[in-house]
Amino acid sequence: MTSPDPMAEIRASFFIECDELLEALQDGLTQIDEGAADDETVNVCFRAVHSIKGGAGAFGLDDLVRFAHRYETVLDEVRGGRLALDHDAVLLFMRAADILFDIVRNCRDDVETDATAVEPTLRELESLTGGSEGEEEEEVADFQPMTLSLDLGLGAVDTGDTRYEIRFRPERELFASGNEPLFILRALGELGHTETECTLGAIPDLSKLEAEGALLSWKIILETNRARNEIEEVFEFVEGLCTLEIEELSGFSLPPLPDLPEISEVPGDSAESIESEDANSAPPISRLNLTLPGAQETQTPKTAPVSETPAPAHASAKSQTQRSSGSPSAPPATVRVDLERIERLVNLVGELVINQAMLSQSVAQAGIPANSPVAQDLEEFMQLTRDIQDSVMMIRAQPVKSLFQRMARIVRESSASLGKRVRLVTDGETTEVDKTVIERLADPLTHMIRNAVDHGLESAESRIEAGKSEEGCITLSAAHRSGRVVIEVSDDGGGIDREKVRAIAEEKGLVQAGQSLSESDTDALLFLPGFSTAKTVSNLSGRGVGMDVVRKSIQDLGGQVHITSTPGKGTSFSISLPLTLAVLDGMVVEAAGETLVVPLGSIVETLTARHENMRALGADSQVLQVRQSFVPLLDLGVELGFREPRSDYHGSVVLLITLEDGTRSALIVDRIHEQRQVVIKGLQESYGYVPGIAAATILGDGQVALILDPVDLLSSANGKTRYRSADLQIAG
Amino acid sequence: MNEQTALQNEATDRELLSFRVGEQEYSVDIMSVREIRGWTRPTPIPHSADYVRGVINLRGTVLPIVDLARRLDLSVEEACERNVIIVSKIRHQTVGLLVDAVSDILAIPDSEMQPPPEMTEEKDRGFVKALTIVDGRMLRVLDLETVLPEQSVEAV
Repeated sequence: MTSPDPMAEIRASFFIECDELLEALQDGLTQIDEGAADDETVNVCFRAVHSIKGGAGAFGLDDLVRFAHRYETVLDEVRGGRLALDHDAVLLFMRAADILFDIVRNCRDDVETDATAVEPTLRELESLTGGSEGEEEEEVADFQPMTLSLDLGLGAVDTGDTRYEIRFRPERELFASGNEPLFILRALGELGHTETECTLGAIPDLSKLEAEGALLSWKIILETNRARNEIEEVFEFVEGLCTLEIEELSGFSLPPLPDLPEISEVPGDSAESIESEDANSAPPISRLNLTLPGAQETQTPKTAPVSETPAPAHASAKSQTQRSSGSPSAPPATVRVDLERIERLVNLVGELVINQAMLSQSVAQAGIPANSPVAQDLEEFMQLTRDIQDSVMMIRAQPVKSLFQRMARIVRESSASLGKRVRLVTDGETTEVDKTVIERLADPLTHMIRNAVDHGLESAESRIEAGKSEEGCITLSAAHRSGRVVIEVSDDGGGIDREKVRAIAEEKGLVQAGQSLSESDTDALLFLPGFSTAKTVSNLSGRGVGMDVVRKSIQDLGGQVHITSTPGKGTSFSISLPLTLAVLDGMVVEAAGETLVVPLGSIVETLTARHENMRALGADSQVLQVRQSFVPLLDLGVELGFREPRSDYHGSVVLLITLEDGTRSALIVDRIHEQRQVVIKGLQESYGYVPGIAAATILGDGQVALILDPVDLLSSANGKTRYRSADLQIAG
Repeated sequence: MNEQTALQNEATDRELLSFRVGEQEYSVDIMSVREIRGWTRPTPIPHSADYVRGVINLRGTVLPIVDLARRLDLSVEEACERNVIIVSKIRHQTVGLLVDAVSDILAIPDSEMQPPPEMTEEKDRGFVKALTIVDGRMLRVLDLETVLPEQSVEAV
C-alpha cells in the first residue's frame, strides 16, 4: 500500500491483529491436539484464518489471501464435520499455521513468499479433503454444493441466487469513525451482481450544506448465492452507525443458460464434478451458480469466503455466547499503547523514585524527627511511589505465551527434521514477564529447545528399548517464584551421559584428567565455551553456538541457568530471571569511599573476616575459610582500581558471592549501607563497557552509583585459575 | 585539510563558546552545547582513562565527564568547586566537559578561521581544528569528536 500514514497505520494494526489471530489459531490447534476441543474451538480457528484472509484482501496481499483461503477451505471441512482430525492432520494444520505466520511476516516486511515452501503443505492440506489436483484453479474450488447436499432442509438461502434489496443510510458517526461506504459497496459487489443507486434527495443547498454531515444513502439490489448473514457481515463494522435494511426479494431466478462447454472452463468446474458425484440431485443448482452473468461472478469465489456453514447466523450467534459466558478466561478489555509512551512513563517513574529518595534524604538531613507529620507523610509518599513503580512495571509485563508458541513451532520443525516424534507440553503460559526479557529470551530458548529435541531425547528405537513411549516429551513451563521468573525446559530423554561429557571435556582440555568432579560440576561443563557433545554436527545444534552462548545471553538478562539431570529420566534446564530489567534489588555498599550496588541475587551471606579464617595463598592472595571450604578473597576497592590493598583485613565486612555456575568469592567491602531497590540506568549507551560494572543507578543524594556485575568482576579478577588474583596484594 | 575547506565554504559567522582550560583559551561550536552547569563530584569509573573523571547525574541520565585539562595534557590544579561542566552533544553522545571557566560567546566569520599549523606533535594538533584571533588573543577551536573517550582503548 503506497498511501501515506493513515493507511500505513491501519495496515500496521492489521498485522498486530494478525499476531493475535495467529495466536488464537495456535491455541485452538493445540487444544484440538490435546483432545480438549469442541466445535467452538474449530470455529475459532476457522475465524482466525478467515479474518486474516479478510484483512489481507483489503490490503491486496495476494499471497496471504491465496494461502489463507485454501487453508480456510480445509478448516471449513473440519468445521462442517466432514473431515475428522487425527494427530497427523492436526500436525499438518499446525505446519500450515506456521506457514501462514511466515506469509504474514513476509507481507508485513514486503518480502516475496517463496511458493515452493508453501505449495507442498497446501497440497497435503487439500489431499485431506480428497481435494482435486493442485491446479491454480483449485483455489477457487467451490465446495458449496457439498454443503447443500447436507443441509437442504435449512431453507432456500443457498439454492442459487437470491435478490436482496439493501437500503443503506450511513449516519455521520460512520464517517466520523473512519468508515468508508465505498468499501462496503465494493465488498457487496464481491458477493454478487449489484445494482447500486445513490439517493441524493437529502442534499441541501450548498450554503446550508454541513461538510461533515451524512447526506447520502444507497439502495443496492444484490443478486447473490450467498447467505444473508454474509451480506450482514459486510456491514459488521458499521453496525449501529447506519440505518440498514436488507430485504429479500422473492420470485427471482436467472434463467439457466444452456452454455455448457463454457462451464468446463470456469473455475467452479472441479467443484461441480465433485458435487455431481456426491449428490446427483443437485446439478441444476450448481449450474445455476455457474451461469450467472459476467466476470464478477466467476471471480467471486476467489476473494470471498467459500461456503459458510449452512446456518452461519446460528453458528456465529452460538460462538458469541460461548465466548462471553462459556470460557472461564474471557479476555479482559485491553488498550494498545505505543511502547515508546510506556518507556517514557517507566523513565519518569524512575525519576520519581530517585527524587523521592532525595527528598527523604533532605528531610533526614534537616533534622526533622521521624514522628513529625512531614516524615509520616513522606513515608506514605514512599509507599505510593513504590506502588506506582510496581504498577508501571506491570504495564511492560507480557504473558510468555507468545514466546511459548514460537517454541512449539521450533519443536515441530526440529522434530520433523530429525524424524523424532515429540510432544511439547507447556505450563504457566500466562506468567507475565517484562517485554524486553521475553524478546531477548527467544534466542537462548530456541537453542535450548533444539538441544532438547536433538540431544536430550533419544531416538525412537532407544526409547522403546528403554520402555518409554516412542513419542518424546518436552515440557516448557514458566512460573513466578520469589520475585523472579523461573522458566524450565525439560525432556524425558536419557539424561546427560556424564561419562561422555567428561570424556569430551578431557579431550578438549576443559578439565584435567583425574580431576574430581561432582555430578552437577560435570553437568555444568556443558556451559563451557567450545563444548558440544553431538558426535556429528547436525543441522540443528552444533552450529558453533553452544550452551555457553545461551548462558551468556541469560546472564545478560540478569538471569541464571541450572541443569539437573537424572540418567534415563531426562534433563531439565531451569532459567531464573528477574521480573524486570528496569529495577534491581541490590545491596548498597561502600568501597574505597565510593558507593556501589551489589545485586542481591548473587549475595549468599555476609560475614566478617577474622585472622583465624583468612589464609594466605601464594604471594599476593588470600582465601577465606567459610565453614569447610576455602573461598578466594577479593577486595572490591582494589578490584576496581580505587585503592591499594590494605595491610590487614581483620574485621572487614565480607559479602559471600555465588555465581550460578557455583563459583564462590568473598568480596571485601568497607561498609554495608542498606538493601534497596535501585533503578537501573544503562551505562553502555552513555559511556560504554566498564569491566566489572553492569550499569549505574542514581542514589538518594543524587549521586551516581555503579552496579556491579559479579560475573564479570570475578572473571576479570581471577583469570583462568580461580585461586590467583594478580592485583591482590595482601600482606598477611 | 578537509576541515579547512569546509569552513571556508560557509560564509556565515560561527558562534563559539569560549572557555579557559589552565592558561589556554579554547572554544567549541555553540550549537553542540546543551547547558553549562556547576561542579558536581563525579562517581569515578573503574579502569577508565585518567581524563575520564567519572559520571554524574544529569537529571536522571548518566553523564560521563571528560576533564579537558587532562585530555589536552595541560597541567592544572585539581578540579574543584570553581570548575564548570559544559554539557555538549557530540554526534549522538552527550558528554560533560570539565573546564576552568566559561568566558564568552563570540561570533567569528569563517574567513577568520585558520587551520592549525603543522606541528611536530601530532597528538596536540588533533584536538584543535582551527585557530582564530580575538582581541589579540589566540582562540583554539576544539574538534569535539577527538575529545570523546576512546572506547576501544578503555575496554581493556
